[in-house]
Amino acid sequence: MTTEAAPHTAHRVTADATASAPASSESRTRRAPSRAPRRPGGGDYAATPRQRVKSVLKHTVLIATAIVMIYPLLWMIVSSFRPSDDVFRAPGLWLTQAHPENYANGWNALTSPFATYLLNSTIVVLGAVVGNLVSCSMAAYAFARLNFWGKKWMFAAMLVTIMLPIHVVIVPQYILFSQLGWVNTFAPLIVPKFLATDAFFTFLMVQFIRGIPRELDEAARIDGAGHPRIFLRVILPLMTPALATTTIFTFIWTWSDFFSQLIYLTSPDVFTVPVALRAFVDAQSSTDWGAMFAMSVVSLLPVFIAFLIGQKFLIKGIATTGIK
Amino acid sequence: MSALAELGTLGKKKGGRGKDAGAASGTSEPKGSRAKVSKKDNRAAFVFLAPWIVGLVCITIGPMVMSLYLSFTDYNLIQDPNFIGFDNFTRMFGDGRFWNSLGVTLTYVIVGVPLQLGLALAVAMALDKGLKGLAFYRSIFYLPSLLGSSVAVAILWKQMFGTSGLVNQLLAMVGIHGPGWISDPSTALGSIILLHVWTFGSPMIIFLAGLRQIPTMYYEAAAVDGAGRVIRFLKITLPLLSPIIFFNLVLQIIGAFQSFTQAFIVSGGTGGPSDSTMFFTLYLYQRGFGQFDMGYASAMAWVLLVIVGAFTAINFYASKFWVFYDD
Repeated sequence: MTTEAAPHTAHRVTADATASAPASSESRTRRAPSRAPRRPGGGDYAATPRQRVKSVLKHTVLIATAIVMIYPLLWMIVSSFRPSDDVFRAPGLWLTQAHPENYANGWNALTSPFATYLLNSTIVVLGAVVGNLVSCSMAAYAFARLNFWGKKWMFAAMLVTIMLPIHVVIVPQYILFSQLGWVNTFAPLIVPKFLATDAFFTFLMVQFIRGIPRELDEAARIDGAGHPRIFLRVILPLMTPALATTTIFTFIWTWSDFFSQLIYLTSPDVFTVPVALRAFVDAQSSTDWGAMFAMSVVSLLPVFIAFLIGQKFLIKGIATTGIK
Repeated sequence: MSALAELGTLGKKKGGRGKDAGAASGTSEPKGSRAKVSKKDNRAAFVFLAPWIVGLVCITIGPMVMSLYLSFTDYNLIQDPNFIGFDNFTRMFGDGRFWNSLGVTLTYVIVGVPLQLGLALAVAMALDKGLKGLAFYRSIFYLPSLLGSSVAVAILWKQMFGTSGLVNQLLAMVGIHGPGWISDPSTALGSIILLHVWTFGSPMIIFLAGLRQIPTMYYEAAAVDGAGRVIRFLKITLPLLSPIIFFNLVLQIIGAFQSFTQAFIVSGGTGGPSDSTMFFTLYLYQRGFGQFDMGYASAMAWVLLVIVGAFTAINFYASKFWVFYDD
């Protein structure tokens, strides 16, 4: 990859990805440079019959792939309104009769109403989001803007931890947190986030801060501002896109995270949504699929909403730093 | 620039390979500004880095050292760790379930990752700049990769690939009587690999960004010289995209080695049928948090780290022969 400065790359990527008419004619020219000249700004279909056939074929294949991709999810939503027996009889998406009682059954299927688990997950997610925003942005400011002893090695260590498998640390972490009496509390899931352990976001923010012109820092420094003030008043306000990306990714990953929540939360009153769903599956091994799908849909809804709201930031974040 | 590429340049700067010097100086501080701010900001940096340093020491390095120590002990959380030398590792060597779990995870990585990346690249190439409905397609293809690691989707998979699940219902419509995919040891792992392939959306987004960076003039020039589609793909797209393919490959392999949720939910935590979906991480979980054999689990964790490290090192080494840097 040849481009370095995150914000600029990010803008270019999205600008390209959402390219409109002029760009479209340009890409057509790329694909078939020897063919008839394009009208400036001409539409997709000012094309030879052969190109039109190719285009229709391509869209057919893409739409078919899209349907295969999305069908299981749509089917799960529809099935969550069906009686459980029908889940095993009706592969289609048409619904003759809606059975919202699956949702009531699922909601009350475990020891606590599902609202408890939604609330627990919300607490964990909020803690994780705040923790990542505070700690990662501080570390990122130091790596992007300050000169200090051992910077190169610390930065390398930070990058390596992005790729470190969690399993190498999970056993001692569990021992540590259980000695602190934190098992069956949310602390093991939240406190590490306040210690910038999600190095991926630190890296994302370092990239972003590097793209902010240093002249702005210098100007603030000449006005007598120290590092805390430059960080709070100059850098933070300018890095809101990176903070938004961090918020959305942390939200989605923490909401879906299963392994650490399974390990630290064993008592039903502190279950989060994924752990509760797992308990549901174990308890009902063969029976109420309608209710199970209903709660699965409930559990995916926040992720889906975050996707709709934050798609722009998600795609930018992936395209520029590229994880997950 | 990716974390991986950055790590690569850090290493290369030391080695002093001239070719990458340009890229390296572009990412780190520009030389001019370093001269201007020549004094160190040690105190300020310490304040800003304090949370991260505490985290690195207490949450990452400390536990890593501790788990290395535990891997040479017998420890069940109740009694004090008892030093037993290499016993955990020799037990592992004779443990059939350990080898099986390693095989399952390796199969998952070696089959799943290339399939997923191949599909991601194919779809990304189909999504030309300016294609009608591009944003729509991109969203649809991307969504599953956000949901794929959730328990909810694993539950859905469990139903879909069950004996009378969605897949077999659809097959029955065309007259095929499908097997019980997840209850048959020969197809259970395949069903989970399919779930991995289904989440091709995020590498696809990275490929899309990379494809947009290839100058169109290369294709124009090649077409003028009479190069066909295949030649253009092999001689332009692949070489220029190779750093990104490499990046995706390394990260997806590291991620795939750690897969856990899908196998855990689909098999009900057992890794069954007959250990066919017993992922390495699942076996580690069973030994550590099911039987509280923390010494053995720590030893397994270090074996995992070494294997993942070896795969990454091999990848980096092999990249010298096929990854092409344009700058």
